[in-house]
Amino acid sequence: MVEAIDQIFVIAKHWVVGQFPAAWQSFVSVLLSIVPILMVFPLLFAVTTIVERKALGRIQNRFGPNRVGPWGLLQPVADGLKMLTKEDIIPRPADRIVHFLAPVALIVPSLLALSVIPYGRNMVPIDLDAGLLFFFAVGAGTELAVFMAGWSSRNKYSLLGAMRAIAQMVSYEIPLILAAVSVVMLVGSLSTVGIVEAQGERYGWLLKWHLFTPWGLAGFVLFMIAAAAESNRAPFDIPEGESEIIAGYLVEYSGFKFALFFLGEYLGLFAISGLAITLFLGGWHAPFSFLEWIPSYVWFFGKLSALVLLFIWLRGTLPRLRIDQLMNLAWKFMLPMSLINIVVAAVWHYTADWQFTGALICRWLLCGILFGAPYVWLGSALMGENKFAKRTYRFAD
Amino acid sequence: MEVVFFIITVLTLAGAIAAMSLRHLVHCALCLAVAFGGLAAFYLQLNAQFIGFAQILVYIGAVAVLIVFAILLTRGIESAPQPLFSSAWPVGLGVALLVFGSLVFAIQSSSVAQQQAAPSAQATIRTIGSQLMTNFVLPLELIALLLTAALIGAVIIAMQEPSAKSTPMKDHAASAPIPSVPEEQR
Amino acid sequence: MTSVPLHYYLVVSAALFAIGLAGALTRRNAIIALIGIELMLNAANLNFIAFWRYSPKAEAVTGVMFVLFSIGIAAAEAAVGLALIIAIYRHYRTTNLDEISSMKG
Repeated sequence: MVEAIDQIFVIAKHWVVGQFPAAWQSFVSVLLSIVPILMVFPLLFAVTTIVERKALGRIQNRFGPNRVGPWGLLQPVADGLKMLTKEDIIPRPADRIVHFLAPVALIVPSLLALSVIPYGRNMVPIDLDAGLLFFFAVGAGTELAVFMAGWSSRNKYSLLGAMRAIAQMVSYEIPLILAAVSVVMLVGSLSTVGIVEAQGERYGWLLKWHLFTPWGLAGFVLFMIAAAAESNRAPFDIPEGESEIIAGYLVEYSGFKFALFFLGEYLGLFAISGLAITLFLGGWHAPFSFLEWIPSYVWFFGKLSALVLLFIWLRGTLPRLRIDQLMNLAWKFMLPMSLINIVVAAVWHYTADWQFTGALICRWLLCGILFGAPYVWLGSALMGENKFAKRTYRFAD
Repeated sequence: MEVVFFIITVLTLAGAIAAMSLRHLVHCALCLAVAFGGLAAFYLQLNAQFIGFAQILVYIGAVAVLIVFAILLTRGIESAPQPLFSSAWPVGLGVALLVFGSLVFAIQSSSVAQQQAAPSAQATIRTIGSQLMTNFVLPLELIALLLTAALIGAVIIAMQEPSAKSTPMKDHAASAPIPSVPEEQR
Repeated sequence: MTSVPLHYYLVVSAALFAIGLAGALTRRNAIIALIGIELMLNAANLNFIAFWRYSPKAEAVTGVMFVLFSIGIAAAEAAVGLALIIAIYRHYRTTNLDEISSMKG
């Protein structure tokens, strides 16, 4: 019974595919993998926008949207209608073709990236041998799309925003990939399905998620920081900084194209959160073996919502970085730390055969020191002279 | 299969020709990205999955972005009133056509070209990884050295000389609104 | 699986090479010349992959390996080449290859 509920979508898909003549089956099978992605994630996007606005309202001690529908829950529908009916403005000096192609070039990679994430047991749209590399490869396409948007608008703010965005994405892509490399190194596979399956073993009742190892914990934190920067979320949202360059590369976009950009950004957020879940949070596995009766896809989407809520919480809490702080963080802190994390992962792997009592504690301590000492050193170097001190007021006393 | 091949061919060659002949440098760079994407599709069609994705990651994600940055930094944005092609363009075109003709002639007259695809040529990640760590470990180390040297070299070449900072950079800074992006990001 | 014969790929690669060569020889802008060189490198890569795929000994993945290293070298080459172009631009205030001719004698 538990098995049947867990596999309900897989069984349903096989049944539907079986209804078609043999020549059509592969086509229908592909279609049945694509259509749910195209339906579920835009729906999730709509839900996320309202949750985000409500949560930000709560954090900032105000109501948030509460006019459309009960408790403002129909706000996404109203927003969508507004976007669809708005005039689509193209600035006169703009490069029309590139201006038109930019939103398309942004949204296609975001959708493609979603196709290698395992959403549940046997529920992956395509199981590629090089799935992780595919994810990063299509992610690289978004940089050029952002540049197209910023450059074609012929607006200095949009060009500035695009340049900031590209610099930020290129810089943070390196710690992002290096954090993933430690997982790849220990699992020995680039396939997302293989990585999730490697996290299915147990110590007692606890599953072997990568989060429960020192390098996995550190890698997860590094990965999430880089992911926030990669998807232009606060506190790394300087490419769009409304208060400085009004909306960055989005400034000349209106109507449906703007909606596409917005959608693409959130799809990228879902994709990268899904990848974080796949790499570190055990994919669709339950954390404890006694919770395994809950279907796998429920676990996946539960974790996805938790990570999205974490991003919303961060957005409501942290102030925006300056561009030099952002670059310093990427090159002087994140890059060396992620390289050190690979070494820590190797140490963890080679001390796996320690048998004496308290070996686990020793390994944790060793890895903790290996990671912690450079953390303290690099962190203090990054802070430099700007130590936190008691604030003094010149005129207000 | 043939249809797919011809679609990719048209896409790649059109992208390459456009990259070589358009007036606007940024358009050239974007068309170059299309050509690179077409090449990646060729690699995927030839069962070389890893190479195909690496092509996208390196060429579209890094080289194309780098070229775009260089175009903006050298103020190539204003299309120059001067002619597009250099004065000796007929010679260059002739040489290129000659090379193409002789290559095609060689390909058509060769017996190698007629051989059929091996039934199961697969380059799995596992094979590539083990080959890199056994037979190709020296080239791997060398390429690591080369990339490090290139990184340092690129930073030093493009670094601003302290003396040149005072006067000539002024109009440049005013015309190209580029934030201070460290060159080492490649 | 692939029914396309080998020489189709070779002809496409030759065409790509010729396009890159024509661009590198005829355009006045240094960046476009560099793009042409990149295209020529890529044409060679396509040849390597095609020969690997159609070779009787495909288990030895030498063709794939060569392309992997070639991609790495091309990335280094692009970085250094563009840095050189930027340095030249700083010095001469132009990227036009016809005007950078002080060594012409």
